[in-house]
Amino acid sequence: MIASLTHRNSSRSEGRLLSLLLVPVVLIALGPVVRLLLEGVGVGSGLTGDHLATVLTRDSTRTALIHSLVTAAGGTLISILIGAAFAFLVALTDVRGKAALVFCLMVPMMIPPQITALAWMQVMGPSSVLLRMLGIAPPLGSPQPLHSPGGIILLLGIQHASIVFLTLRAGLRQIPADLVEAARMSGARGLKVWAQIVLPLSLPALGAGAAMAFVTALGNFGIPAMLGIPARYSTLPTLIYQRLVGLGPSVLPEVAVLALIIGVVAILGVLLGRWLLARRSYGLVGLSGQPLSIVLKGGRLPVEIALWAFIAAILVLPLTALLFTSLIPAYGVPLTLDTLTFKAWVEALFVQPVTRRAYVNSLMLATAAAAILMAVSLPLAWLMARRPSRLTRSVDALVDLPYALPGVVLSIACILAFIDLPFTDLTLYGTIWIILAAYLARFLVVMLRPVQASVSQLDPAMEEAAAAAGARLGRRLRTIVLPLAAPAAAAGAILVFLTAVNELTVSALLWSSGTETLGVVIYNLEDSGETVMASALAMSIVVLIVCLMGCVQLAARRLPKGVVPWQS
Amino acid sequence: MAELIYSGLTKRFDGTAAPALDAIDARVGEGEFVALLGPSGCGKTTLLRLTAGFEEPTAGTLHMGADMVAGPGRFVPPEDRGVGIVFQSYALWPHMSVAGNVAYPLQVRGLKPADRRARVAEALALTGLTDFADRAPSQLSGGQRQRVALARCLVAEPRAVLLDEPLANLDLALRASMQDAFANFHQRTGATMLYVTHDQGEALALADRIAVMEAGRIRQFAAPEVLYSEPADCFVAGFLGDGAVVSAQAAGPLAGRDLPVVAMGQTLTARARTGAISHLSIRPEDITLLSEGGVRASVLSCTYLGGRFRLRLDTGGEDLVAMSPQRAAPGDHVGLRITAPWAFHDPASPAAPAREPAHA
Repeated sequence: MIASLTHRNSSRSEGRLLSLLLVPVVLIALGPVVRLLLEGVGVGSGLTGDHLATVLTRDSTRTALIHSLVTAAGGTLISILIGAAFAFLVALTDVRGKAALVFCLMVPMMIPPQITALAWMQVMGPSSVLLRMLGIAPPLGSPQPLHSPGGIILLLGIQHASIVFLTLRAGLRQIPADLVEAARMSGARGLKVWAQIVLPLSLPALGAGAAMAFVTALGNFGIPAMLGIPARYSTLPTLIYQRLVGLGPSVLPEVAVLALIIGVVAILGVLLGRWLLARRSYGLVGLSGQPLSIVLKGGRLPVEIALWAFIAAILVLPLTALLFTSLIPAYGVPLTLDTLTFKAWVEALFVQPVTRRAYVNSLMLATAAAAILMAVSLPLAWLMARRPSRLTRSVDALVDLPYALPGVVLSIACILAFIDLPFTDLTLYGTIWIILAAYLARFLVVMLRPVQASVSQLDPAMEEAAAAAGARLGRRLRTIVLPLAAPAAAAGAILVFLTAVNELTVSALLWSSGTETLGVVIYNLEDSGETVMASALAMSIVVLIVCLMGCVQLAARRLPKGVVPWQS
Repeated sequence: MAELIYSGLTKRFDGTAAPALDAIDARVGEGEFVALLGPSGCGKTTLLRLTAGFEEPTAGTLHMGADMVAGPGRFVPPEDRGVGIVFQSYALWPHMSVAGNVAYPLQVRGLKPADRRARVAEALALTGLTDFADRAPSQLSGGQRQRVALARCLVAEPRAVLLDEPLANLDLALRASMQDAFANFHQRTGATMLYVTHDQGEALALADRIAVMEAGRIRQFAAPEVLYSEPADCFVAGFLGDGAVVSAQAAGPLAGRDLPVVAMGQTLTARARTGAISHLSIRPEDITLLSEGGVRASVLSCTYLGGRFRLRLDTGGEDLVAMSPQRAAPGDHVGLRITAPWAFHDPASPAAPAREPAHA
């Protein structure tokens, strides 16, 4: 026994050294969440039973919880309608231009929610430049119809439709083609096959997608903040934001309770989704493929027109409105050839120190997060694939958590974890580093999964051949694994960059003067009435995002399956 | 080049009761070409991976020449063993050219670029790949990829070359020509080679000696012709070559290498090394068919093998395999004479019936 232990220790020491990597990963990615949970069970310093009782019995808590559940449920319903219609039509029929349709449906999800809200607010209401150009604007003084629960529900539904779409389409692709063929042999055709075979088999996937959309809607901060706060309609995330911003870190124990409430509801939703997805694969054996190929014949063109008209309504219309608003000299002025000006663009991109600073901060944070996560993910994915242990398996199962939990929950967790660094007098709260730490925790999984997919597809013999050639672990990782996983890593890095640039929820609670991010600045500009400049800034971000998405799309063919999230 | 010495080498994988390798003792001489042959799951690939250093033994030692590379308190990782390996999947790095793949081991060793180029050119010339140096592995055929893998492994002048089912992914015609390439390569380099295969034709054709493995043990380790004509036990007799194994008893003392035995109710003279025997290995060449007299047998089946017919014969309880120039119908009666079968001692196995040939 002792002999076998000693020879084990003398070997593979590099692999052992590499496992030390798990320490910072666990500390940063999982530490804050664990810290918050500890707070919940009373281990933390500030929270007492009193806090729990006060917060839970307060009317505002109950109202916000109900509002959260109502808007998230309503939004999910709309997401299901949109996402399921698109998934069934794209996956099962012969409509043309599927790739372009899917790409356009994905754009709303990749656009930051506060920009979505801002854009839609430019479509409706008395000050809408677009409506005034068309001469159909409601009279001045009439309320903005989106400043209501209905508005929040509508936008949440549009924003998260692609989640339902992606999960359902993946589920449809797993339905074995021979099940459908068997139904046809029994005499069922077209719609009957869809209703009797495809629909029941895809219900678990639809349910899982709905659960994910619900969790995401529950954690959405940008939309209820832009639409709900002016209407004094608060959800849990906006309630946390308002209390923390209004009263400062002293209310931390109280908001921790609120964060735990959303966290619990979200985790229940995540678990429900996983349970449904696990059920989906059960019992479905056989070759999968396109289960059903409905030929629409004469109906094809009308269906295509309807799909594209819908894309135009949810994507082109709000973005056009946003663009128009960004081109007027002042809010309320109509857009004509005479009034058209790029003043707001120049102001937002080059003049205003706060927007310039936000651009620098956001780009810096996104770049740093992408670079650090890329450097960490490759050895981490290798470790998980080649040296699996109980620890790596639990990390694998838990890294989803900081991403799946609503952003406000993670933010509160990060504040709790980093406000007093253990064993020092230092604090990260109020510095840009706490935002970076939160990004690293939140987006680790976005980077890790593509790299994991790529590493697990590598033939281990590739590395063994290099080992036999005399290359040590470090060199093997650098010269063999890195180049072969590089396309996936690059795609992952762009995705991290995209999501980080988009991000508002986390930074809304963590920013301080000087560390504003783009998401925060758009919100603040709109909040202080600078709608035109907010629109210009938002529009510039949309352009950036669509360009980055285009890059990923162009590279999609050369990437392993599962790397590009909208191409499963 | 160095010899490989295994002593008591054992490997147990977690969660399995039977060891994958059970106390292997063997010695592969310097410059020898040894094949590890056995059915799948017999431990031959595990033995190869232990030799390469990809797995650690549970017990026992492995020496390469004078160095102990695995044993109590010592484990030399693959990168320090100086062995070359050719994988079934070739494992060429797709992001490097042919020359880049071959140059990699030299690069790792920090050779000067000029020396590196010369050695790479030499290795490519030896494997007939000079014209393909700048191609990507994906632009090569299976046989060419195999040769790149071979060039990559020999360029570093390894102490031993390990080959893991290198021909399994090639078609039949290419296999024959690659067999020649391996034999040629072994002759020119004099490398110590360990060759894993489940194809006995390959092993018989290529190896100086073959280790026949089953259930984690080496059943017999000998030259191909010895394995064929003097199998040590029923497994080897049945696994390698065509023929039948029947039970037998000694009927007298050993005289030189001749031993009188009783089998199938007949007294025969068998070849043997000991007087205590339990079985006979009867190859088709040991059987002469007679029109009259001899042991009587009825034909069970007749298969045409090209130029001759393979007959399965029933001698009243024991099945035999014989070759015949003429077709015979099932149920025909023939006579046969058995000349100098091999007698051996294997009390553990019941007599194995004649099998269909594993490969025609």
